[in-house]
Amino acid sequence: MNNKLKPRRPLREKHYWEEWTGRIYTSICVVFLIVVMFSIVYFVASKGLSTFFQNGVSLREFLSGKTWNPTGEPAAYGALPFITGSFITTLLAALIASPLSLCAALFMTEIVPGKGKKILQPAIELLSGIPSVVYGFIGLSVIVPLLRSMFGGAGVGIAAGCLVLSVMILPTVTSIMADALSALPKGLRESSYALGATRWQTIYRVIIPTVLPALLTGIVLGMARAFGEALAVQMVIGNAPHVPTSLLESASTLTSVITLSMGNTTMGSVHNNALWSMALVLLVMTFVFVILVRLLERRNRV
Amino acid sequence: MFKKLPFILMTLTFVLVLAACGSKNDAGTEGAASNGSGETATELSGNILAVGSTALQPLVEQAGQKFMAVDEYKNVTVQVQGGGSGTGLTQVSDGQATIGNSDVFAEEKIDDAAKVSELKDHQVAVVAIAPVSNKDAGVQDLTKQQLIDIFSGKITNWKDVGGADQAIVIVNRPSSSGTRATFENFALGTKVEDIQGSIQEDSSGTVKKLVAETPGAIGYLALSYLDDSLQVLKYEGVEATVENVEAGKYPVWAYEHMYTKGDPDAATKAFLDYILSDEIQQNDVTELGYIPVSGMKVKRDAAGTVTQ
Repeated sequence: MNNKLKPRRPLREKHYWEEWTGRIYTSICVVFLIVVMFSIVYFVASKGLSTFFQNGVSLREFLSGKTWNPTGEPAAYGALPFITGSFITTLLAALIASPLSLCAALFMTEIVPGKGKKILQPAIELLSGIPSVVYGFIGLSVIVPLLRSMFGGAGVGIAAGCLVLSVMILPTVTSIMADALSALPKGLRESSYALGATRWQTIYRVIIPTVLPALLTGIVLGMARAFGEALAVQMVIGNAPHVPTSLLESASTLTSVITLSMGNTTMGSVHNNALWSMALVLLVMTFVFVILVRLLERRNRV
Repeated sequence: MFKKLPFILMTLTFVLVLAACGSKNDAGTEGAASNGSGETATELSGNILAVGSTALQPLVEQAGQKFMAVDEYKNVTVQVQGGGSGTGLTQVSDGQATIGNSDVFAEEKIDDAAKVSELKDHQVAVVAIAPVSNKDAGVQDLTKQQLIDIFSGKITNWKDVGGADQAIVIVNRPSSSGTRATFENFALGTKVEDIQGSIQEDSSGTVKKLVAETPGAIGYLALSYLDDSLQVLKYEGVEATVENVEAGKYPVWAYEHMYTKGDPDAATKAFLDYILSDEIQQNDVTELGYIPVSGMKVKRDAAGTVTQ
């Protein structure tokens, strides 16, 4: 026993040492991450809330006011146009992207698993690697003139914004859906086929209902991305601070108005603080999306 | 090899964290002018961080490159960042940046008078802004009143100002923008509210593209962005040219400011003097589409009062 142990001892010590360095390293990283996360939340919250506590803008005016005129006399800080703009573009983008993503994911996993995955997956992953400024420029150079020639008007607006966004969230939604579909136990499909169901019946009646929560997770994550996207949307949406009355009319999102004005305002001014309040709204919405995903995941497990 | 991975990662993280902490305070430059030992009379050194206005950024960047190439100033590092006039003023006021670049007087952005009085203004160039329209609008000249009516939404069709029968699309800047402040102050003489359906973009490139391509669009751009793709509109019959601006005939212009907190240190002062030297004013400033301050026959103060 002793003889056997002896040569292994240094090795064990080495493992011991490795174990601990790994542990310390990961602990430090985790602590660092938590500190960063909380400081960000604290920073955004303290800046965003000072609009209401220090500058005396009422929360009701901020959330339901339709006039945004921070340089006017009297100044108005109604962020409703941006909040509605963000929600409309996000929902429409999800509406356009989800069916496309579902089809792409089904194509990759159910219809042509071999070749489809080999060709389609890299293509879709490529989409997520394109910088958002490129999407914005494509939107400005292709989609905006196209909408202008089809429907008249300026071409910029919610329609252009959600078209650009829907392409941008395609990779997120598709890859999550494809993962969910390919994680499905083979037995499900085989028993369905064994009962004499066709491929479409299997997809429609067995596969989609089974992975529905996971599919929804993909859509919610895509929406979270769309909600936070700033640059590309800002270039094509028009940024007028009004609640739009048509899809082709210029509108703003929370992110677009933040990127547009943040650099031009000085820290501590009411205008600047109001922009931080919008950042806080974005942060809260991100929490909502994360909670939604968690809930869906829980349903998925059962 | 993989056994060492945690060590490598850990060291890397620490190095990164330390680097991030260390570089933070570089901006508070020490323009060490060592007057000592006979051979080298004055050897300037230090770091200059200029932050702010994206309209001024290309000039400061180009001047900074040239400045650092001068033998005398080889120990001075000039770093230039954008971020917007508000950011520049905030950072120079808080001492994070050496120079705050701004399109507007600090008085217009900072409410706190004590903070404003700490800042020292260095006007390095002039930017003139011209109203521009889409080529098909069919208008070449607009009066002040017509511009006010257009930008406040009273006139919505080009035919009302003698142009084509075409709806007007306003391409504006966001209400916080320095360019918009200049345009409102000196072309319109009044603030206008944002019209429903108007477009707002902050980047001059995007404004230019939209005005050039959208039928009936009107906007305003700095002289350096003007070209044949747009119809440059005369203002009250005066063309937006360098000569007219310098002579005080064309009123829509503003200074580009480089603010320092208090008097600049030796290195910063050398850099500011360098930008104001003929070397930069006569070449780079005009090349990049600004107007040299030295050529201006009129002066303007923060309240907008023009003196000959």
